Amino acid sequence: MSSPMEQLYQQVILDHSKKPHGRGLVDLTAAFASESHQVNPTCGDEVTLRAQFTETEDGRRVVESISWEGQGCSISQASLSVLTDLVTGQDVATTEHLGSVFRDLMGSRGKGLDEAREDELGDAAAFTGVSQFPARIKCALLGWSALRDTLATSGVLEDAQTATASTTHEHEHV
Amino acid sequence: MTATDLSGATTHASLTAAELAAVRADFPLLSRTLRGGRPLVYLDSGATSQKPDPVLDAEQDFYLQRNAAVHRGAHQLAEEATLAFEDARAQVAGFVGVDEDEIVWTSNATAAINLVAYAISNATAGRGGAAARRFALAPGDEIVVTESEHHANLVPWQELAARTGAVVRWIEVDDDGRLRLDQLATVVTDRTRVLAFTHASNVTGAITDVSAFVARAREVGALTVLDACQSVPNLPVDLHALGVDFAAFSGHKMLGPTGVGALYGRRELLADMPPVTTGGSMVEVVTMTETTYAPPPQRFEAGTMMVAQAVAMGAAAQYLGDLGMGAVAAHETELAAEMLKIAEIPGVRVLGPLDTVDRLAAVSFVVDGVHAHDVGQVLDDAGIAVRVGHHCAQPLHRRFGVAASARASASVYTTVDEVVAFRESLGTVRAFFGL
Repeated sequence: MSSPMEQLYQQVILDHSKKPHGRGLVDLTAAFASESHQVNPTCGDEVTLRAQFTETEDGRRVVESISWEGQGCSISQASLSVLTDLVTGQDVATTEHLGSVFRDLMGSRGKGLDEAREDELGDAAAFTGVSQFPARIKCALLGWSALRDTLATSGVLEDAQTATASTTHEHEHV
Repeated sequence: MTATDLSGATTHASLTAAELAAVRADFPLLSRTLRGGRPLVYLDSGATSQKPDPVLDAEQDFYLQRNAAVHRGAHQLAEEATLAFEDARAQVAGFVGVDEDEIVWTSNATAAINLVAYAISNATAGRGGAAARRFALAPGDEIVVTESEHHANLVPWQELAARTGAVVRWIEVDDDGRLRLDQLATVVTDRTRVLAFTHASNVTGAITDVSAFVARAREVGALTVLDACQSVPNLPVDLHALGVDFAAFSGHKMLGPTGVGALYGRRELLADMPPVTTGGSMVEVVTMTETTYAPPPQRFEAGTMMVAQAVAMGAAAQYLGDLGMGAVAAHETELAAEMLKIAEIPGVRVLGPLDTVDRLAAVSFVVDGVHAHDVGQVLDDAGIAVRVGHHCAQPLHRRFGVAASARASASVYTTVDEVVAFRESLGTVRAFFGL
């Protein structure tokens, strides 16, 4: 059994924090695009995250790009990096779902989630150890909070919800 | 720096080893262990101190033996409760060198500073009659603070300025974190009505030359408001001798409980100040249309007070007073010297003075390439509790070009061995992150 410190600072987290993906803001040009600025008031850490969403030929709305600029601890920086990898190219509903699963993980008090849900999170499952340190959960959630904000403010979400609802409806017919 | 002795530390003998051991035995929490059975090294007393048995006993004893409503009722319990409450006020007043009717109980130091700011606001709105007009602000009046302030001694003044049309200006700090006394002559002017400043920075540990601030304030007729949160628990403080008009400090940082703090106000100023929170207990005559108010300090103590906590804060003042604040300051100067050796660790930068002259044993620092949160986590894993973040002083951190720092801070019960353990653990941080 590794120590709580080893569980917190998984190698994958240290690697992402040293060479984070998605850092460096890009211009917003997509049909649906938004920026969110989030602050962790306890430590002054902050992030500006930009998300762009496009509509594919088959009408799905997907995350075209995530870019961000911020400064903070290894946990917050690594979480932003992992988030970038995880949701880029995913459709909006999946992105929302992943955010929900990640928030559940952070609320698990170190216990983690069932294997299937952790598998969905990929590298983000490495943050299980963070959930046993209440002071650090906000660090891990900083980027995810910004992402959720951009989903809400970009306009892509309402459209996507309508699309999801109709999909569910069709599914019921089957 | 000139060879001043603002802390009073150099003129007193420190605690002996036996005295320190006896002190530690009074703090039950210090003997608990943490994850993995590690002993606790508590270096976060600047945020809140631990509590000794006499303080815990005083609070419990009040509830067990004397609990009743104070300043009302004529039964014996009410009399005893009132006596305990007012004795505590006298203990706290004596501890900081003022008279008991100059101490107002508040819920904490932040509330004490806000009380002054809102009393000025109410006076500006015409409340308090002719006597209160001395406090009234006009557009263009200036409130001067410093770049070192805790948000508690900055934000209330920003808000007061917004309500009254006054302007906030500030004294800057130099690269060592010392306040720029040379700016007093230029920033504090005839337009200055309030000069609010810290007695000792909770980030840099630098102790302020209060006499320079008071002298300049008197030249221009400004009120002085001293944030004494970090000084009262760690130094001999005589507010009458310092000559400030108001001072705020909290119970929980000086070995007392949470939920109680104190505002000192010069007697004649409190007498002229309009009330802030109104309601029961602070009145003389109430009719359906108007009310006259009790004299201070009751005028500023509306509603049921935190009686048990006040009694315990009195016990804390007694405890520290019995040890002797000169000895406490001398002990903490030794600890500061040990703490400051962290500046020799590669990659560690101290935010604040690097010598022990006129400084507290509160040392903030950054580690090159490692965020303060991560520094704190590694120390925590070794059982060492430090503060991480901006310590409610964002402007000061911005001044040093950082968003956050880690801070080790001592109290009377802190030992040199604990500081050594902290230093050794800090030495491992960069390696942990592969630097």
